[in-house]
Amino acid sequence: MSVKVRIPTPLQKLTAGEAEVQIEATSIQNLFVALEQKYPGMKERLCDENGKIRRFVNVYVNEEDIRFLQQENSALKAGDDVSIVPAIAGG
Amino acid sequence: MSFVLGLKSKETGREYPKKALYVCEYDFSPLEAFYDYDGIKKVLTREKIEKGPKSIWRYRELLPIDGEPTVGFYTGFTPLVKAHNLARELGVRTVYVKDDSVCHPTFSFKDRVVAVALSKARELGFKTVACASTGNLANSVSAHGANAGFERYIFIPHDLEKAKIMASLVYNPHVVTVNGNYDDVNRLCGEIASKYNWGFVNVNLRPYYSEGSKTFGFEIAEQLGWRAPQHIVAPAASGSLLTKIWKALKEFEQLELLSGPVKTKMHCAQAMGCSPISTAILDNVDFIKPVKPKTIAKSLAIGNPADGYYAKDIVKKSGGSAAMVTDAEIQEGILMLARTEGIFTETAGGVTVASAKKLIESGAIGPDDEVVIAITGNGMKTQDAIQDVVSDVIPIEPTMDSFEKAIQGKPCRV
Repeated sequence: MSVKVRIPTPLQKLTAGEAEVQIEATSIQNLFVALEQKYPGMKERLCDENGKIRRFVNVYVNEEDIRFLQQENSALKAGDDVSIVPAIAGG
Repeated sequence: MSFVLGLKSKETGREYPKKALYVCEYDFSPLEAFYDYDGIKKVLTREKIEKGPKSIWRYRELLPIDGEPTVGFYTGFTPLVKAHNLARELGVRTVYVKDDSVCHPTFSFKDRVVAVALSKARELGFKTVACASTGNLANSVSAHGANAGFERYIFIPHDLEKAKIMASLVYNPHVVTVNGNYDDVNRLCGEIASKYNWGFVNVNLRPYYSEGSKTFGFEIAEQLGWRAPQHIVAPAASGSLLTKIWKALKEFEQLELLSGPVKTKMHCAQAMGCSPISTAILDNVDFIKPVKPKTIAKSLAIGNPADGYYAKDIVKKSGGSAAMVTDAEIQEGILMLARTEGIFTETAGGVTVASAKKLIESGAIGPDDEVVIAITGNGMKTQDAIQDVVSDVIPIEPTMDSFEKAIQGKPCRV
C-alpha cells in the first residue's frame, strides 16, 4: 500500500533532499503519522499544535484537494499521488 | 530612501530578507512586507503626499521598493466619483464610486499592483516576468512589462473572455492558455516559479505586488479629505485587495494622516458561483472551503483564495458583512452603474454593485450611511456577459419618415 508523496522544497531538508518519497499509508491521517516516523519533525511543520493540518498547507490526492474529499480522513490506495503544496499565492 | 525593512510570516511573524520569497518556510503562511513606520512618520505628511505625482507613487514611502520607481508613472489616482443617482437608486444617503475602470494603462486596479511588482522585479534583477491571471492581471503585466522591457510569460485559464485575451496579445507577450481553471493555473505557476528564475508577480513577488493594492485605499482616504469612509464594499477573488484597503487605512491612521480613527466597515462582495470567503463570513465559520468556480465574473473566479482567511478576519473585525450575488444580479449591477452614473464596469464591478444593493437591503449598510463601492475593472473587456440584457439598437432607413416611425411612443424630452 505504498503511495508517492511530493515534498515541497522547504521540507526537503527533512527528507535529505528527496522531492518524492514512497510511504505506506491508507489515509491522509496515517500518512502524516508515517511521514513523522520516517522523517521526524515533519508533523510539526505540517500540523498545528492541535494536530490539525495548518491552514496554509494544501494537500492533494491525485490532483484533487483533500478539502473536496474527506479531509484528513481521505482514503489512499496503492499508487496514489499525494502532493503537499505550501500557501497558494495568486489573485 | 527606503522604509521597507523586510518580509514577515503573516502567521508567526518570522522575518525574511527582501528577496523573491512568498511563503514562510516554517508555517507555510504568506509573507508580507513590513516597514519602519517611525521613520516614515518623520518624513510623510499630507502636504508631501499632495505635492507628489498624480499616481500611486505619491505614496512611495509606503510601498516596498528600495530605489526609485521605474514602472507605472501614470497608474492610479483614479476618480472617486460622488454617485448621487446611484445613491438614490440604492436608497442610501451617500455613495462614492472608486473608479479603477479608468486606471492606466489597462483599465483595472491590477495596474497598481503590477507597477509595484515590476519596479521590484527590476530591483531584484529579473529579466523575465510572469503571472497566473484571470485576465486583468495578464493585460497589465503584458502592457507594463512591454514598456519596462521585460520578457513576459502570461498563464491564463483557457476559457477567458476573448477581449481579455486580445488585450494581452496586443502587447506581444507569450500567452499560455492552460486547460484548467484559475486554481489549476495558479498551482502550475507555483511549480514553474520554483524551477525557473522568473519574477512571477503574484507568486514569488506577491508580497511586493499585493502592497500595490494599498494605494486604492490610500486614495479613497485622501480623496475624501483625509478620512476613512463609513463603509467600503470590495470584491474578493484571492481576498488580497480587501485586506490591503484595510491595511492602507490603518497605516494612514497610525501615521496620523487621518482626521479621526478608522471606523470603516469592510464588506466582501462575491459571486454566488464562487463565494468561499462570503460563505465563511455569512455562515460564521473559521474554515474557508475551496470551491470549483462557476460564474460569469471570471475575474473573481478563484476557488482557493490565498488571502481568504485574512479577508474574512478583517470583515469580522471591522463589523462588516458579506454578500453573494447571482449571474443575473451581476448583469443588473453592471447595467445599474452604467445607467445611473455613466460608468461601464466589468463583471467584477457588477458583483460589487449588486452586493452593495443586497447589503443595503439587508440593513448591513443603513439608509443614512455613506458607502464607497470599489470598482476594479472596465466593462469593455467583458461585453459578452451583458449582450443578452442590453436594449436593442433601433434600425432605420436613411429617411425622416423611417426615423419618426421608429421613435413613435418613445420618450422625447425637449
